[in-house]
Amino acid sequence: MMLDSTDSYVTEDGRTIGGVVMEMKNITLRFGGVVAIKDISFDIREGEIRAIIGPNGAGKSSMLNVISGFYVPQDGEVLFHGKPRPHMKPYEVAQQGIARTFQNIALFEGMTVLDNVMTGRLNKMNSGLLAQAIWRGKAEQEEIENREKAEKIIDFLEIQHIRKTPVARLPYGLKKRVELARALVSEPSILLLDEPMAGMNVEEKEDMSRFILDVNDEFGTTIALIEHDMGVVMDLSDRVVVMDYGKKIGDGTPSDIRNNQAVIDAYLGVAHD
Amino acid sequence: MPEQLVFAMEVFLNGLMAGVLYALVALGFVLIFKASGIFNYAQGVMALFSAMTLVGIMKGQVPFAHVINAIFGTDVHYFGWTVPALLAIILTVAVMVLFAWAVQKYIFRHLVGQEPIILFMATIGLAYFLEGVGDLMWNSEIKKLDVGLPQGINEAIDNYTFNIFDYGFFIDNLDIVATLIAALLVGGLVIFSQYSKEGRAMRAVADDHQAALSVGVSLNFIWIMVWSVAGFVALVAGIMWGTKSGVQFSLSLIALKALPVLMLGGFTSIPGAIVGGLIIGVGEKLFEFAIGPMVGGATENWFAYVLALIFLVFRPQGLFGEKIIERV
Repeated sequence: MMLDSTDSYVTEDGRTIGGVVMEMKNITLRFGGVVAIKDISFDIREGEIRAIIGPNGAGKSSMLNVISGFYVPQDGEVLFHGKPRPHMKPYEVAQQGIARTFQNIALFEGMTVLDNVMTGRLNKMNSGLLAQAIWRGKAEQEEIENREKAEKIIDFLEIQHIRKTPVARLPYGLKKRVELARALVSEPSILLLDEPMAGMNVEEKEDMSRFILDVNDEFGTTIALIEHDMGVVMDLSDRVVVMDYGKKIGDGTPSDIRNNQAVIDAYLGVAHD
Repeated sequence: MPEQLVFAMEVFLNGLMAGVLYALVALGFVLIFKASGIFNYAQGVMALFSAMTLVGIMKGQVPFAHVINAIFGTDVHYFGWTVPALLAIILTVAVMVLFAWAVQKYIFRHLVGQEPIILFMATIGLAYFLEGVGDLMWNSEIKKLDVGLPQGINEAIDNYTFNIFDYGFFIDNLDIVATLIAALLVGGLVIFSQYSKEGRAMRAVADDHQAALSVGVSLNFIWIMVWSVAGFVALVAGIMWGTKSGVQFSLSLIALKALPVLMLGGFTSIPGAIVGGLIIGVGEKLFEFAIGPMVGGATENWFAYVLALIFLVFRPQGLFGEKIIERV
């Protein structure tokens, strides 16, 4: 099916996928002599779950880091809502409503779960230092609102029982969920997940898959995720980009990808003549 | 009550108040170390510089008078006005914020991600640079600082204790004021870091840079803010010590006294800096009082360091510092 960048369509399970919100155009990223991403273009549509897959070292995380501003590509541009995005620092990208999680979990280990989630609201707090010092009106109102939002997300991701626990004491699977909560509480327009299920057992993977689908369904959040597990990706995502050695070797619906010879070769290995 | 015990009580009280001043300096170190992992050797010089700036502004000194006179052959030293203490303090705070901004922009922004030892070396350079700038800007004479803080023996305590023990305690009014101000400052800092948006962002940066960036916190802004707060703390310490013993080069050496305080309290803990300061203050005064006469005195010069050394052996993370356990 061919779609224009502004077209929208309805999926089999009844969700509406909108026009293109973010477009990568001919992105090339080099580290010295190593080319991590080579001339890659793809787009992300509003409300969809977009997966980026590929073998180890394919450049998937680099791609996510380009989107979130942690890496600056040497060539190409990122279009956000149709406009070329100027060079931005990671915190500016976050302020634009693009939230992310990390492959190796980057949480504030010394803080409690609730405090961690509350940091996700930092950008939604507008009252000045003086207003906060006097603790009246707007500042108080804001704090209450932010707390409500945080508690709602905590409920949603079923981590109420560990609200007051310092993050450092949590097991891996829960940490991943807290990180998702912190990203989600900022009410992002795009949510970037870097291997949300890496290192999890089957049960935890199922939980996380359910949460990702629920988030997309409930809040209509656009999600771009990186994942290793082919099975999970095929079940979750609306469209998939496949990368190998920094190049794009496939782009389409899960069923397209499943039948793509280049993808099968990259994953199963192929004899080179 | 035996006479010795009464003396010891007086020494104890004086020790507590000296300890508060140590804690004040240590606090500046902790703030910067917590937020950026930089051990700021220049903290003591910052106290000296801020005190010099305060005196200079109050007396209406022309900054860089020597340089101006040497270049233009003029002979200007004073503007001919004096500035009231409160206004001068506000102006000095502004200078320290400017300093924080410059330090971040011209030094530490370029050193992000470098080894701690390199950052430390940079602060040593900064310390000597700032000392030179201070001398050039405000000249290197010993200056008297008087912002109107009460000084001299507290009569009330003197009379009160005289009635009880037949011996009046000598407690300096300045020490009492310093204690109150330090308590306010610490309380304010704790509230700021726990309950304000900027404080929450500061703790976030201290904990994990990447994660802080991902929730939209500008590291640069937070670091400037932290250096500004450290500059403010330095100013408070500078005012206290400067009022006590004049604004002069030796003021910058109080930084060395803060080192054992940090080893005791832990480099990352605000309460640790306070408790460490008190322990060192009381410890060295009592030790001098009890043991000093037996070993010929002057124990105050080394007591704090020996105590810190003992702590390093038995509790290297300090009383309140975070113990870092690496999983293998």
